[in-house]
Amino acid sequence: MTWSASARGAQQPDNTAFTQQRLPAWQPLLSAGITLPLFFCAGLAFIGLGLGLFYSSNGIQELEYDYTGNPGTGNCSVCAAKGQDRAPPPSCQCSWSFTLPELFPGPVYLYYELSNFYQNNRRYGVSRDDAQLSGLASALRHPANECAPYQFSSDGLPIAPCGAIANSLFNDSFSLWHQRQPADPFVEVPLDRTAIAWWTDYHVKFRNPPLVNGSLALAFKGTAPPPNWHRPVYELSPDPNNTGFINQDFVVWMRTAALPTFRKLYARIRQGNYSAGLPRGTYRVNITYNYPVRAFGGHKLIILSNISWMGGKNPFLGIAYLVVGSLCILMGFVMLVVYIRYQDQDDDDNDDE
Amino acid sequence: YTVWNFVPKNLFEQFRRVANFYFLIIFLVQLMIDTPTSPITSGLPLFFVITVTAIKQGYEDWLRHNSDNEVNGAPVYVVRSGGLVKTRSKNIRVGDIVRIAKDEIFPADLVLLSSDRLDGSCHVTTASLDGETNLKTHVSVPETAVLQTVANLDSLIAVIECQQPEADLYRFMGRMIITQQMEEIVRPLGPESLLLRGARLKNTKEIFGVAVYTGMETKMALNYKSKSQKRSAVEKSMNTFLIIYLIILISEAIISTILKYTWQAEEKWDEPWYNQKTEHQRNSSKILRFISDFLAFLVLYNFIIPISLYVTVEMQKFLGSFFIGWDLDLYHEESDQKAQVNTSDLNEELGQVEYVFTDKTGTLTENEMQFRECSINGLKYQEINGKLVPEGPSPDSAEGNDPYLGSLSHLSSSAHLTATSLRTSPESETELIKEHDLFFKAVSLCHTVQISNVQTDGIGDGPWQPNLAPTQLEYYASSPDEKALVEAAARAGIIFIGISEETMEVKVLGRVERYKLLHILEFDSDRRRMSVIVQAPSGEKLLFAKGAESSILPKCIGGEIAKTRIHVDEFALVKTSLCLYERSRVRQLHRDKTIVLTTNFVPFIFRLQDKVRETIEALRMAGIKVWVLTGDKHETAVSVSLSCGHFHRTMNILELINQKSDSGCAEQLRQLARRITEDHVIQHGLVVDGTSLSLALREHEKLFMEVCRNCSAVLCCRMAPLQKAKVIRLIKISPEKPITLAVGDGANDVSMIQEAHVGIGIMGKEGRQAARNSDYAVARFKFLSKLLFVHGHFYYIRIATLVQYFFYKNVCFITPQFLYQFYCLFSQQTLYDSVYLTLYNICFTSLPVLIYSLLEQHIDPHVLQSKPTLYRDISKNRLLSMKAFLYWTVLGFSHAFIFFFGSYFLIGKDTSLLGNGQMFGNWTFGTLVFTVMVITVTVKMALETHFWTWINHLVTWGSIIFYFIFSLFYGGILWPFLGSQNMYSVFIQLLSSGSAWFAILLMVVSCLFVDVVKKVFDRQLHPTSTQKAQLAEAPSGVKCLDSICCFPGETPCASVGRVLDRVIGRCSPNHISRLWSASDPFYTNDRSILTLSPMDSSTC
Repeated sequence: MTWSASARGAQQPDNTAFTQQRLPAWQPLLSAGITLPLFFCAGLAFIGLGLGLFYSSNGIQELEYDYTGNPGTGNCSVCAAKGQDRAPPPSCQCSWSFTLPELFPGPVYLYYELSNFYQNNRRYGVSRDDAQLSGLASALRHPANECAPYQFSSDGLPIAPCGAIANSLFNDSFSLWHQRQPADPFVEVPLDRTAIAWWTDYHVKFRNPPLVNGSLALAFKGTAPPPNWHRPVYELSPDPNNTGFINQDFVVWMRTAALPTFRKLYARIRQGNYSAGLPRGTYRVNITYNYPVRAFGGHKLIILSNISWMGGKNPFLGIAYLVVGSLCILMGFVMLVVYIRYQDQDDDDNDDE
Repeated sequence: YTVWNFVPKNLFEQFRRVANFYFLIIFLVQLMIDTPTSPITSGLPLFFVITVTAIKQGYEDWLRHNSDNEVNGAPVYVVRSGGLVKTRSKNIRVGDIVRIAKDEIFPADLVLLSSDRLDGSCHVTTASLDGETNLKTHVSVPETAVLQTVANLDSLIAVIECQQPEADLYRFMGRMIITQQMEEIVRPLGPESLLLRGARLKNTKEIFGVAVYTGMETKMALNYKSKSQKRSAVEKSMNTFLIIYLIILISEAIISTILKYTWQAEEKWDEPWYNQKTEHQRNSSKILRFISDFLAFLVLYNFIIPISLYVTVEMQKFLGSFFIGWDLDLYHEESDQKAQVNTSDLNEELGQVEYVFTDKTGTLTENEMQFRECSINGLKYQEINGKLVPEGPSPDSAEGNDPYLGSLSHLSSSAHLTATSLRTSPESETELIKEHDLFFKAVSLCHTVQISNVQTDGIGDGPWQPNLAPTQLEYYASSPDEKALVEAAARAGIIFIGISEETMEVKVLGRVERYKLLHILEFDSDRRRMSVIVQAPSGEKLLFAKGAESSILPKCIGGEIAKTRIHVDEFALVKTSLCLYERSRVRQLHRDKTIVLTTNFVPFIFRLQDKVRETIEALRMAGIKVWVLTGDKHETAVSVSLSCGHFHRTMNILELINQKSDSGCAEQLRQLARRITEDHVIQHGLVVDGTSLSLALREHEKLFMEVCRNCSAVLCCRMAPLQKAKVIRLIKISPEKPITLAVGDGANDVSMIQEAHVGIGIMGKEGRQAARNSDYAVARFKFLSKLLFVHGHFYYIRIATLVQYFFYKNVCFITPQFLYQFYCLFSQQTLYDSVYLTLYNICFTSLPVLIYSLLEQHIDPHVLQSKPTLYRDISKNRLLSMKAFLYWTVLGFSHAFIFFFGSYFLIGKDTSLLGNGQMFGNWTFGTLVFTVMVITVTVKMALETHFWTWINHLVTWGSIIFYFIFSLFYGGILWPFLGSQNMYSVFIQLLSSGSAWFAILLMVVSCLFVDVVKKVFDRQLHPTSTQKAQLAEAPSGVKCLDSICCFPGETPCASVGRVLDRVIGRCSPNHISRLWSASDPFYTNDRSILTLSPMDSSTC
């Protein structure tokens, strides 16, 4: 040790693996012989997954009805005509009747769908005040500037909730009725409208302002509802745990969609006699028609669907997996042919040498 | 600058950079108008980038500051206030009288006033300035020569007038006006009075000189070209790519603005009932709205320009350059010198060199020559331990004459007498001895060597000391051959003592002989030899001639010419050149009759640095052209070129020397061009000297360049320092714009080192000017091999992939944003959250590529060095060509399309993707795209990596893990200071979706599928030499065909789940780990088999 220490020059660099760039390392090569097994295994795996996903998606049933009210499409067209595309339009009732020849397996989910509605428009998307929606008393009567022109009412009162998103809250409502046998009376199917929004949304992100004398109405005193609303925010529901800013429908609507065609969850059907699904028989959906969409070329749909662990009916994923898996197998074979030919050529080269 | 104004000056310098200025504009635009992204998304990264760069530049300037202090702080003695005052070099002012002691270097250009000699003369060596090692004599004016004390000098009243500073080392004109006893005396001043800065005082105890040029005005400084900032070709490619991406950015912004107004022409898209405008928005001017929207789109898409590219490149170069300094293969043990990197901005330029320009003395050679063999009158002798020993068969060896020849140095009278009495042929014995004596006398007399005596101070001091030992004499010569010859004669007992008043004194076996020097015929290019005529003490007149064999042999009319010619050829097979002949003419019995008594021949061996020949050969194999630029004479230069392998004997040597006129030069060039055309099958070497080069460059540059470009080796001799730089500049601006590299060891090489794209200084014996002014410094020429073939190759691969990858990942980043505008009515809605926009380049995707650019080794360094031809794979900036750039850009766009439309089709009908039936929102959609992008981009870097150390694993998988942890943390808390809570709980919901996981896997595999296929086919169908070399290293055969990841001791993996894990990047594309052969000592000593960490193994 002493000898080597004294023999080493003052300027001599350290002889460590890092300084000499000799760290132990794995040095893979992307050669055909190595990647062929990878391609075949990946291809088979993807095809297997694709088949599983495809059949899983195929097992999901969907039932949808367009109640936009365009002329010649069911009795909702009467309601559409009444509205004359004015906003807000007067309330109207129409219905959709359908028959299920066999059990519709549950749990069943009820969605509404809108198309050509750009919730992802930037001017629309920033038109909200998260501080107000979180129940801050100081923010309640001082809406953010982003909410304009839905910041103050025509008589100068602050709007709660403010912004274009809240103002355009979807206000159609639905009820489902079931007739087990012809001549039997229609029985209302119970709709579970709890927990349709994200748990973190209605428990953390959205809060009502503190009660004043135990009254939510007094808490909102001095504010005005959005111009498109018929009633104040504290009357959205008779249920005190589902009214105000924490109303489930409101919270669902406030999560803006990514694309112009979107669905929102309205209710689950999983209570009482309908926990196993919708039994065979005749059904009727009573629709309260309020929301105007024809002015911007939109559509309104009702959708009944069941759900797998993967979500709703979505054949894209399965098909895509099958395509990619097939391409992997195909490319594997092509590479195999090239590899074999290259091996022969390589052997010839070696013989020449 | 000072410490205080470093900040504003550095900021100004950084914003002069186009990219930084661009981001500043974007930041200001974001502050002024309503933009879709927060100003923080641009301001924060810009601040980070500028801070890191400022710290790095501050550190480098601090190093430079310390280096400057070392030079400026050297102590000097100045005459002030009647005494000698010690001060610093930087404090010397014009007019100061400076005292310089023996062997010290002049700190400024001084006019010599006096020395310790009465005649006011001194000796100076200017080796560090012009490479000439002979002593030069400088003299002062007589009136100041007597001022040899400080007191006398202090009373001097004089005025010096001289010309403005000029670069020419050998030109100086001025006059000194001295006031003495009320009388003005005017004396002219010339180059002989000027002591140049950087020269060294020799043979003189001390001198006094007055400073006339200081600092940057000195001739040495003026000969240094102003050191401009060197920029690599890679950086220029980067700027080209940036401009292309700027065009893409502006095009996208314009298209988006036009489409926005096309859509908004309809009321139902512009202002539906649910999305009314404010009065201000309705009433604003149409033109203002158009401009505002264009700027907003510009801001939305501006991330296509990677802001962190420059700072990452800077960090890569700065940190990466440490590996050069740390390399033990570039460390020289004898001189205790490691490699130095003075300009880390050019690391990858080492991988692009096409021309190497090298000095000769001290760079290729050891700056010394050695006498080894000689031929005396037809007999060949070899020097062993200071004695001449006969070589090979000889007529006399059979007679047993060896002992007497071997004891030549110690021949004494008694031995002589004994030999005479014992031998039967005393006459031939005597004649042999005489011939040897005559040979060495010729060597001792026929030269221009000067002497430095270490014991006594200068010639002329006191009487000769009769018993002076040879080791105490120090010879100075204008070329190493003369020095080697005189030293060899001294070792043989015939010692040259000096010249005094036209008399050359030689000590022969302890007895001084004086030869009167009648005439000296200096070496010139016409005769190509030098001669001296001396008169021996016996009155005999002798003529000695020395020169190359081609100029001497034709003149011989006697002696053993045939045998000598055979010896010349034999010596030529060894590495030798240059000859010495002697011809003597005894007292003339008849007028004009000449008798040649002896013909002698001496070969020389230049002592090359080790492995110079191998290094030059490797450079040639790599496709690099080697030029030797030297200030030496023609013959010396050619001989060294042949010795070191720069010229081959199979080469056709063309010459362009001794040109006197413009037309003659042009005619010669045309002849050379014609010869090259006629003999195009063989290789050509060109020799050109300084004067001919001046003529050729003045009017016939194109013709000259045409000739040079067709020669595989060029030798330029008699070159001035600035001429070397001019040659390099000429090559640089030739049509191919090749990358040039210059190597030198002296101050006279500084100009060419600074002119070349890359300058390398050799830390040699003659000072450090070259090493200090170069971009890289090494101790030996042979280190050039590893510097270029290993470090240059690696750095180029790393930086090229880094640049391409940066543009790729930012195309992936911004193109989905552009596509999303088609689905949100071109409302400038961002697809990603602001924080993700900010951190994408800074955090989520920066570390893997930085570590790649520091550690990547796509092939073993040993292979790169042993196969120089692999260097051709990266020549001409191949990896950053427009074709490669186009591939990476198309790849980026295609990946972006897959991210976006894969997510779009997944969500397109907006069915639920959660098991509880709940729905996603727009921020979840954006986060899905972002997640796929981060994973794909990171795995893409994994695909490019050939050298997986634990650090690579850590940063690659760690980056993805960090992204997930960060997103969970960011989305899991309501952050009070954020204006919006868009991302709250979004990531958790995304991860809760099985569909999302399957989609992520699908999209990552789809993106990389095409890339992997292309790589495999490229390697299989038309592999580069590097890829062939990689394959040759891999073990033959595939041991585990049925397994994707196969490690020693691990069971092959068959589980589908594990396959999926590997495919999405937990294990990168498979390969059998390298199994080093136990019998290969290189591998055993230098490398160990990688064992992956348990975490990685558990994923199999």
